[in-house]
Amino acid sequence: MKDYITLDVLRYRPEENSEQIYQSYSVPYRKDWVILDALNYIKDKLDGTLSYRWSCRMGVCGSCGMMINGEPVLSCAIFLESFYPGPIRIEPLENFPVVRDLVIEMSDFMEKLERVQPWLIRTDEDEPEGEYLQTPAQLEDYKNYSMCINCMLCYSACPVYGLEPDFLGPAAIALGQRYNLDNRDQGEHLRNEVLTEDNGIWQCTLVGECSAVCPKDVDPAAAIQRLKVSSTVDFFRSFIMPWQNR
Amino acid sequence: MPEIHNYIKYHPRWHRTPIPVFWWLRKLVYIKFILRELTSVAVASFAVVLLFQVRALIQGPQAYTEFTRLLATPVSVILHSIALILLLFHSITWFSLAPKALVVRFGKWRISDRVIIGANLFAWIFISLVISWLTVSM
Repeated sequence: MKDYITLDVLRYRPEENSEQIYQSYSVPYRKDWVILDALNYIKDKLDGTLSYRWSCRMGVCGSCGMMINGEPVLSCAIFLESFYPGPIRIEPLENFPVVRDLVIEMSDFMEKLERVQPWLIRTDEDEPEGEYLQTPAQLEDYKNYSMCINCMLCYSACPVYGLEPDFLGPAAIALGQRYNLDNRDQGEHLRNEVLTEDNGIWQCTLVGECSAVCPKDVDPAAAIQRLKVSSTVDFFRSFIMPWQNR
Repeated sequence: MPEIHNYIKYHPRWHRTPIPVFWWLRKLVYIKFILRELTSVAVASFAVVLLFQVRALIQGPQAYTEFTRLLATPVSVILHSIALILLLFHSITWFSLAPKALVVRFGKWRISDRVIIGANLFAWIFISLVISWLTVSM
């Protein structure tokens, strides 16, 4: 006998209903299927109107994040088996405006990401003779933060971002720190102007869920707390040793 | 943000889910977070009691005896016990977060998170014991 599992999907179709409604789909229960496979089955066989984002199916592109039974996860990285016998509740990522069904509006995040200038900034004028050199230990300083795939699960898990949409947010700050901690970079002062402003690190109250939900084991909570420490030290240092101010 | 994006900024058809007042009841970790934040009131209350104690000390021996007598009343003992439990919860959860903010390196070696938590807890207990010893022996 073929086994089935129910998916309760929170749908939003603005041209038909101004409210979100749950729709149930019964899909074959297969041990080798992830949630995304089940959604693709719905799209192909049951209901072509269902909208959601996905691309790589292997936890690299960061497109398929959604709330599954209330937790932000990548739908390609979690098996139907973990929720057997169901039903499984599927909702769009929290804390973002919903465009349609499971598709959220992300330009707020993209704008914030750009503001922290996540690229190498050099202040010296001379072109380098070759590559900028880096030891394995120096790589280790920022490697964890460089694993971020911009999937925005941390924004969804962060109640501060939900309540204060102007908060720069976990991923943007972690990526700013990623370049601050890179020995090839010289843009820390420029970047910290954005990171340490009112809507930057000081909004964070250290709930810590951003790090808990990260599919790439990045630790944005740690990035933010360490930046709080180092910017406080810098602040007092500028009083004690004003001649060092730039 | 590029100009071209402005037209979608207040897109009327987006659905925005309002955050309920009791959002923090939805997950155990959120409840724990709110408790950690609220129990800081207990920490502050101990500081306020200490300030009053110092004031009584400045006012002279009579005021100080009066104040210590007040501290020994059952109501005060019960309130202090409750505040102590809350303070312990706050301090322990707070020190457990220390590794998030502290990275200590000895050359190549990075001190593990557990050692950082342990060192913080040890320092806290040690200093508390020294202060209690000083208070009792004087």
